[in-house]
Amino acid sequence: MRYLPLRPDDRKAMLARIGVASIDDLFRDVPEAARDAHFDLPRHASEMKVERTLSYLASHNAAAGSFPFFCGAGAYRHHVPATVDHLIQRSEFLTSYTPYQPEIAQGTLQALFEFQTQVALITGMEVANASMYDGSTATAEAVLMAHRITGRSRAVLSGNLHPHYAETVRTMGELAGEIVVAPASAGVPEGLERVIDDSTSCVVVQNPDVFGSLSDLSRLAEAAHAKGALLIAVVTEAVSLGLVESPGAMGADIVAGEGQSIGNALTFGGPYVGLFAAREKFLRQMPGRLAGQTVDADGRRGFVLTLSAREQHIRREKATSNICTNSGLCALAFSIHLALLGEKGLGQLARLNHATAVRLAERLSAVKDVELVTQAFFNEFTLKLPKPALDVADALADRGIIAGVRASRLYPHDSRLRNHLIVAATETNTDADIDAYASALAEVIA
Amino acid sequence: MTELRFTQSHEWISVEDGIATVGITRYAADQLGDVVFVELPAVGKIFAAGAEAGVVESVKAASEIYAPLAGEVTEVNESLGADPAAVNSDPEGKAWFFRVRLANPSSVAALMTKDQYTEFLKGL
Repeated sequence: MRYLPLRPDDRKAMLARIGVASIDDLFRDVPEAARDAHFDLPRHASEMKVERTLSYLASHNAAAGSFPFFCGAGAYRHHVPATVDHLIQRSEFLTSYTPYQPEIAQGTLQALFEFQTQVALITGMEVANASMYDGSTATAEAVLMAHRITGRSRAVLSGNLHPHYAETVRTMGELAGEIVVAPASAGVPEGLERVIDDSTSCVVVQNPDVFGSLSDLSRLAEAAHAKGALLIAVVTEAVSLGLVESPGAMGADIVAGEGQSIGNALTFGGPYVGLFAAREKFLRQMPGRLAGQTVDADGRRGFVLTLSAREQHIRREKATSNICTNSGLCALAFSIHLALLGEKGLGQLARLNHATAVRLAERLSAVKDVELVTQAFFNEFTLKLPKPALDVADALADRGIIAGVRASRLYPHDSRLRNHLIVAATETNTDADIDAYASALAEVIA
Repeated sequence: MTELRFTQSHEWISVEDGIATVGITRYAADQLGDVVFVELPAVGKIFAAGAEAGVVESVKAASEIYAPLAGEVTEVNESLGADPAAVNSDPEGKAWFFRVRLANPSSVAALMTKDQYTEFLKGL
């Protein structure tokens, strides 16, 4: 393809057509001061100097693997076997984009098909797509899908949905309808049923929720269905699906999740991999790419991208979504790790996570004036501290303990949550980590 | 049934007792390729002439179906849900899409006859 730059008279004609005098006029909404922003950047430097400077800056970071680390709230540190990185770095996988000439990419399609199968199995749903960008955008897409299915446009978000997810739903969904967010509370979302009315398209609830609490979603599912609304279950910790009753078994219609926990490192918050699964009757309203299994002219097993006519490159403005891609490599890492674990291995990993979290919760809540707020949890729970969680977490960081995510970071305007600390434990936390945390917490609070 | 009439957007229509049966033409079905899904309107829905009434999807394309004339949907062909391939095998017969009680039955005269439609296709 040739690159044809514009000539001055091309530019003039284009500007005249849209009715502005100059290119600068297009930026007049940007405040004058911001337009003339001056950045005091150093001049260029040699490669060796740059490497040295950046290494020095990087050494100020506290990498999750170098300390007792207890942060979760949507991103979890798990062990990723070396096999995963080795396999995803095969160039056939590493360099390929989502298939646009799909049938020649049989290996990619098979990997996606197996990913979808795994996602459907662990979520307890009938169909799953080839992945979304991440858990939060998957949740927003689930809300839009519920609007399409029900012909309604009011979404009810549980207060225990991760605030970043709620924010993403608002960003992507506020033009599509009303979004009602119930107040946050650590524990079972009481009274959420009463917010569901005849104009409600869906109820979005996270399990385990942002505070780590586990709930039985069955009653909420029944309440939603009684009003003709759908239940969207959000899972931010995919490992929990190895132990906790699946959202499908509890009556969810759509499951949106974050798959980072399986096969993917924390990597500063992305790229991650969104999980998206639903009941088969809603298949045609699903967003995203779908790999399907078929047979070729000779009866041999093969794979295709199917139901593409839902997608934007064909359906244009009437597409189910503007996602025409997926998180291919992260999905592959998820699939490889889950295949290595197997059904039994995932169950064992989940039990190990839970057991570690229970030990940690017992030790921390035994510290004077520390209260365990979460009644039932998987690998994450919330503590109410006698002091602001910000001060406690900072003091623990000074002692080399990354203590968790303070709730005030997620709910900056909710003063009731100022002393709450959200703490996660995974298989990567040792008994020594737990000892160190418990004794440091006792010191800091005393 | 009366003789078929045709639209420039490749629907056919056949009117009996003020009720019009609507489908897509063989030409349209051949152009689309293997049809995999048909989205039909709700019974009771009222359309203006030329309004979007449904969608037909093939393996690689999706295309709107338009109401040839104004009226109210009285019936839809549910069998297309299980057998969308009928649109390819028998587009101008078994694979009708929906029936409409016409607001103005005489308006059908404005649509193309079979011969006119054949001429129209030659010009495409």
